[in-house]
Amino acid sequence: MKARLTSAPTLVTAAAVVITAGFGMVFFYAPLDADQGFIQKIFYLHVPLAIWALLGFIIAGIYGIKYLRTNDPAHDARSYVLIHQSVIFATTVLITGSIWAKAAWGKWWIWDEPTLVSFLIIFLLYATYYPLRYSIEDRERQARYASVFAIVAGAFVPLNFMAVRLAESLIHPRTFATAEGGLPGSMALTFLVCFIGLGLMFFALIKFELEAKRTAAELSRLERQLAPDYEAPYRRTAAPTDLGASVSMEADRPDRGSL
Amino acid sequence: MSGLLAILGKDLRIELRAWRSLAPMALFSATVFVIFRFALDRERLEGGIAAGVLVTTLLFASLLAINRIFISEREEGGFDLIRLSPCDPSMMFLAKTAALTIYLILLELIAVPLFALFFLDSAEALPALAPVLVLAALGLAAVGALISTIATMSSARDLLAPLLLLPLSIPLVIAAAGAASPVLEAGGPGFERYGTWLAVLGLYDVIFCAIGFAVFDYLLDE
Amino acid sequence: MSLPAQSDTAGGSPAPALILDGLRRDFGDRPGLPPVDATVAAGETLAVLGPNGSGKSTLLRILAGLLRPSHGAARVLDAEIPKETWKIRGRVGYLGHEPLLYRDLSARENLAFAARLHGLDDAEAKIERLLGDAALEAVAERRVIELSAGLTQRVAACRAVLHDPDLLVLDEPEANLDDESRERLEKIFSRSGRTRVIASHDRDRLRSISDQTLELG
Repeated sequence: MKARLTSAPTLVTAAAVVITAGFGMVFFYAPLDADQGFIQKIFYLHVPLAIWALLGFIIAGIYGIKYLRTNDPAHDARSYVLIHQSVIFATTVLITGSIWAKAAWGKWWIWDEPTLVSFLIIFLLYATYYPLRYSIEDRERQARYASVFAIVAGAFVPLNFMAVRLAESLIHPRTFATAEGGLPGSMALTFLVCFIGLGLMFFALIKFELEAKRTAAELSRLERQLAPDYEAPYRRTAAPTDLGASVSMEADRPDRGSL
Repeated sequence: MSGLLAILGKDLRIELRAWRSLAPMALFSATVFVIFRFALDRERLEGGIAAGVLVTTLLFASLLAINRIFISEREEGGFDLIRLSPCDPSMMFLAKTAALTIYLILLELIAVPLFALFFLDSAEALPALAPVLVLAALGLAAVGALISTIATMSSARDLLAPLLLLPLSIPLVIAAAGAASPVLEAGGPGFERYGTWLAVLGLYDVIFCAIGFAVFDYLLDE
Repeated sequence: MSLPAQSDTAGGSPAPALILDGLRRDFGDRPGLPPVDATVAAGETLAVLGPNGSGKSTLLRILAGLLRPSHGAARVLDAEIPKETWKIRGRVGYLGHEPLLYRDLSARENLAFAARLHGLDDAEAKIERLLGDAALEAVAERRVIELSAGLTQRVAACRAVLHDPDLLVLDEPEANLDDESRERLEKIFSRSGRTRVIASHDRDRLRSISDQTLELG
C-alpha cells in the first residue's frame, strides 16, 4: 500500500519534468516542418496521445481477460480506469486532430484521414461502456460484463483500424513520410521525449484514479465498521466500488478454464 | 453438439409458429426502402448509394431479431435450463448465432429481390452480392448474439443492444458496402477490391465467433 | 446445527448427499442468504422453512448449481460447490418459481427439448410414462401458454424429474395448487433413494414428509 502511495507522486513529478522538456524541445529544438510549418508541431501532442489511448484500450482488454480468469475485482478496477483515461485521451486526440485538420486543410473535420475516423468510431464504441456498466446492478455481474466488453472492444480496435484504412483509397501525406522516407533525427528525438512524457502522465492519472477508488472503498468499509447499523443510501454507479483488497478470500475461482 | 441442434431446432420451431422475428424484419425493410425513396428523392439507385441503402436497411432490420433472440431464454428460463443440463453453455451461443444467421439470410432472400425491384434496372448484380451478404449476416449474427446476451441481462435491454451493436458493426458495414458498391454500379457489376472486402468480412466473422464462443460461459454464470 | 444423518430406509449410505458448511450469499451489500450448515444423507428429504425473503430460494438455486455462493462451501452429490459445479450438471432436478418451459411449445415438445439437452436415450418412453403419471396425456399437445397454472406446474415437475436426477431441489412446489395437482406432484417426486430439498412456508405439510428441517430467518 505504501509503495503505491509514493509512486503516484513520483510518476507525476517525472511526467511534469519530461513533458516540460518535451514541449521545450517542440518549440526550441525541433525544426519547422517544410510543408506544414508551425501547425505540424501539434503532431508531438496528437500522435503520442493517440498511441497511449490505443495502448490503454488494448491493455484494458487484457485486464478483462485476467478478471474473467481470476475473478479478482482489482483487475476489473484496472480495466475500468484504463478505459476511462483512454476515453479522455481519445477525446483530446479528436480535438487536436480537428485543430490540425483546420490548420492544414481548412476544415474542422475531414473524412479521408483514417486514423482520425478510426478514433471517432472507437470513441463512439467506448462511450457505450458507461451505460453498459450503469445498467447492470449486480456488482459481480457488472464487472464480468464490463470485462467481456473490454475484450470485445479491445479486439475491435485493430480490426476497425484495418477496415477504415482500407476504405481510404487516398491517404494524406503523413508527417512520418518525408521526402527522405523518415522522420529527421531531431524530430524523432522530440517525438520520443513527448511520447514518454505523455505516457508517464497517462500512468500517473491511472494511479491516481485507482488510489482514489481504493481510498473511497476503504473509507466506506471503515464507516461500516464504526457504525454497523447505519445503512448508506443505495447509490447506483458505473464505476467499480469493490477493489478486492478487503474481499481477497473470494478471489479464487479455479473452476474456470483458460480463455 | 446435440445441445446446439436442440436449441437451434427449438428456436426455429418457435419462429415458424409465431413469426416474431422474420415477419417484422421483412416488413421493416420494405418500409425503410420506401422511406429512402423519398428521403433521397431517387427512384433508381446505383453504386455507393445503392450499397449504402441496402446495407443500412439490413443492419437496422437485424436489430429487431437481435433484440428478441434471448428474450425467451431470459423470460422462460432457457438460461437456467442449459445450466441444469450437462450441455456446454457455449452451445447456446453457437445455436443463437446460427439461428440469427438463418433469420438474416431469409430476410436477405426477401429484402434483396425487393430492393432490386424497387431501385435497380436489372437483377444481374444479385448473384455477386450473395457471398457478401452471407458473410455479413454471419458476422452480424455473432456480434448480435453476444451483445444481445449482455443487453438481455441488463436493465436497459432495448437501449443497450443498438447502442453497443452499431459501433461494433461499422467495420462490417465498411466492408459490405465497399464490396457491394462497385457490384451495384449502373454500368454492370464491377469487382474492384471485391476479394479484399470478402477477406475483411471473413476475418470479422472469425474474430467475433471465436470471442463469443470463449466468453459466453461467463455471461451466464451468476 | 449439523444434524446426524438418521434414515430408516437407506441402509448405511456411504457419503452424505449434501454437506453445507457456512454457505452464504450476498447480493452486493444486501445479504441474500445467512450462513447455513447442514448435512443430509442420501435418500433423505430436507425441508427448508422460513418466511419470504429469508433466503430459501437463494439456497435452493445454489444447491442446483445456478447461483454461486459468496462465502462458505458445500458438497453436493460429492462435488465441491462452487469449484466443481460442472460435475452436478445433469444430476439435479430443479423446480423453482418459474416453470422453465417455453410458452410457445407444447408440453410434450418442452419435455423432448429438455431430454435432448440432457442427452437422454429412450426419451419418448420416459416422456410417455411421466405424462401418464401426471395425468397430462390429454393436454400434452397443447402449448404451455394455454395451460392452467396447475397443469403448467405438473409439466414443470415432469421436466424436473425427466433425467432421473439424484437430487431434487423443489422451491415451494405445491403453492397455489388444488388437491389433484398436489397428489400428482407427490407421485412424480416420490421415489425411494432420491435425496430431496424442499422449500416451503407450509410447515405442517412439510414436516410430515421430511427427515429433517432447516429453519431460515
